[in-house]
Amino acid sequence: MAIIKLSESKLEELRNVCKSFNNEKGELINVLHKAQGIFGYLPAEVQEVIAKELNISVAHVYGVVTFYSFFTMLPKGEHPVSICLGTACYVRGAEKVIEEFKRILNVNVGETTPDGKFSLACLRCVGACGLAPVVLVGDKVYGRVAPDGVKDIIAEYAK
Amino acid sequence: MAKYKMHLLVCGGTGCHASESESLLSHLKAIVTDKGLDNEVQVIATGCFGFCEKGPIVKIMPDNTFYTQVTPADAREIIEEHVIKGRKVNRLLYVNPENKEHIADSKHMGFYKKQIRIALRNCGFIDPENIDEYISRDGYEALAKCLTEMTPQQVIEIMKKSGLRGRGGGGFPTGLKWEITSKSVSDVKYVVCNADEGDPGAFMDRSILEGDPHSVIEAMIICGYCIGASNGLVYIRAEYPLAIDRLKTAIGQAREYGLLGNDVLGTGFAFDIELRYGAGAFVCGEETALIHSMEGLRGEPTMKPPFPSVSGYYGKPTNVNNVETFANVPVIINKGADWFASIGTEKSKGTKVFALAGKINNVGLIEVPMGTTLREVIYEIGGGIKDGKKFKAVQTGGPSGGCLTEKHLDFPIDYDNLIAAGSMMGSGGMIVMDEDDCMVSIAKFYLEFTVEESCGKCSPCRIGNKRLHEILDKLTKGNGTREDIDRLRNLGHVIKDTALCGLGQTSPNPVLSTIDNFWDEYMEHVNEKKCRSGQCKALLQYVIDPENCVGCTACARNCPVNAIAGERKGIHVIDQTTCIKCGACLEKCKFNAVFIK
Repeated sequence: MAIIKLSESKLEELRNVCKSFNNEKGELINVLHKAQGIFGYLPAEVQEVIAKELNISVAHVYGVVTFYSFFTMLPKGEHPVSICLGTACYVRGAEKVIEEFKRILNVNVGETTPDGKFSLACLRCVGACGLAPVVLVGDKVYGRVAPDGVKDIIAEYAK
Repeated sequence: MAKYKMHLLVCGGTGCHASESESLLSHLKAIVTDKGLDNEVQVIATGCFGFCEKGPIVKIMPDNTFYTQVTPADAREIIEEHVIKGRKVNRLLYVNPENKEHIADSKHMGFYKKQIRIALRNCGFIDPENIDEYISRDGYEALAKCLTEMTPQQVIEIMKKSGLRGRGGGGFPTGLKWEITSKSVSDVKYVVCNADEGDPGAFMDRSILEGDPHSVIEAMIICGYCIGASNGLVYIRAEYPLAIDRLKTAIGQAREYGLLGNDVLGTGFAFDIELRYGAGAFVCGEETALIHSMEGLRGEPTMKPPFPSVSGYYGKPTNVNNVETFANVPVIINKGADWFASIGTEKSKGTKVFALAGKINNVGLIEVPMGTTLREVIYEIGGGIKDGKKFKAVQTGGPSGGCLTEKHLDFPIDYDNLIAAGSMMGSGGMIVMDEDDCMVSIAKFYLEFTVEESCGKCSPCRIGNKRLHEILDKLTKGNGTREDIDRLRNLGHVIKDTALCGLGQTSPNPVLSTIDNFWDEYMEHVNEKKCRSGQCKALLQYVIDPENCVGCTACARNCPVNAIAGERKGIHVIDQTTCIKCGACLEKCKFNAVFIK
């Protein structure tokens, strides 16, 4: 894997985050939440810094990062698309919506388009089951999405 | 506080939020100001009304008018017509689907008639970001009563007598849990609120935290007083940003009012609450896993005993209750154990909040007394099945529950009945399915979830569920045999008996209950390689009926893989080996010649 050069200012920010939690190893999950907020994802390099700051092994950090679905080691696209696969959305046809996103963007779930614009992910229930099936682009929620509405959603961001 | 003549309550729950309720709120506020009504009309954002299907909702008090699917563009009409001239805006009222009559007062809507709201008492009534509104509805009165007039043991006795059981799924008696934790000797103890609602299709806890965060805070302080704890922790999903915000605001206000801190209500009792964030792991709903996650570890469960009430967070006695359980506590203290125990069935007291979703007309959040039947919930409150289709099954308890069928419709819902029927209460998700849903696929869907969410610590769950999923996958692809079904059953029971925690012990439920209740459907997948609802793509065959085919070539031209052959004006045939079953031919045929076999 290529080594990613992280910007010094962001690393400084990360160290300050660790410090704000007193470099306490019990605060690892809170630190990871903040770190993902800073970098957008949690590459190995970030995990190494956190391990050093909190005085725990990198394996421990990696174990936690990979355990929780909220944390990702891959960078997301500029517009992260998440399709809810909760049961309510599933029975109302979320699978067909995923297929359509996959077809139009030409990526699989968990991947990012080559231009870095869109990444595709599934998530489990945002709790807006009344609007099923639900799609999130960034923080914006789209409700009652039908497969033929997918291209319009993508068009909104494709510019 | 100013005295307003009229209140406009706008739903600010996640569902309505996603349908522009925020912009609606600002429009309403601006128009009220514009008309100079600021001193007479108050516009506030409340928590969820529960009727998510028809959101965004606007309710006008005191006349209880209930407007549905209101858009920002409707704001002016509501103010000018209803608020100023006193004429209801008919087109925005709820229409009774049976007789097409407009219903203005929400009390008369089928959706609300059967409900009793205890845990949701304030959702949709108060501004969750204003502590004064909570206080005006008897908020923090129960806390004051406990701290000044009662001993911890007296409070525990009330909780025991009320019969309240844990609403997170397990159904353990709450009073008893408090008593055990109170008797554990330690310098430090913890009260933990489990707000890690990981069950897909459930949004009860989120709605309570968004609509009435103070009721949870109040109950946590009372619990702390009873068990002798000064530290409260809320473990909440990071995926619920709105709930986190509201909870933070509420905690801040409670500190300001002296309800949290070193000297709660001037009684010398110290209690404070901190938040801990979940990061998306279903297994963290299990209390030992949750505690490990709060300690910054992988959320893997450990053997019980020791129970958290003896050794929990960092080895200290910890009382873990779910959001909805806590929301019931202040009311029980205020109205008494006897009142609470008078609602519900013999062994399940009070009410239960359900998130009703799936193929049902009225998707939303409901609260009904224990003992209400599934029929009442689905047909009277839920308004029946969407698009007039036939009811097939209802899944309760999420991935740990089972599918119940028509024969269970008149079952009174309570903890014990649901378990007897092969399902469980769970946290309260209720997903309705219709004739278009294939039960084998549904079982596979849930297993996919469990396989992904299994923490991997014990082999029955890690390996067993994976095997279950593989067999189900085989069935949906038409490669299943009769032996496979026996294997599903045997393996399912082994996993239930041997898995370490609640996740594994319940994960085969969707499979076992669908095999029991939909035996014929499983047999069809095996013997006839047929999926009656047409969901298992591999089992479908698109065929052209020579009687109806006119040879227009539309199907052949639209087939993406050129699987259709035929001359112009001649009969067309689909080559089954090339066909990818996309259904394009069926869509394009204007002569109903293409059908699914």
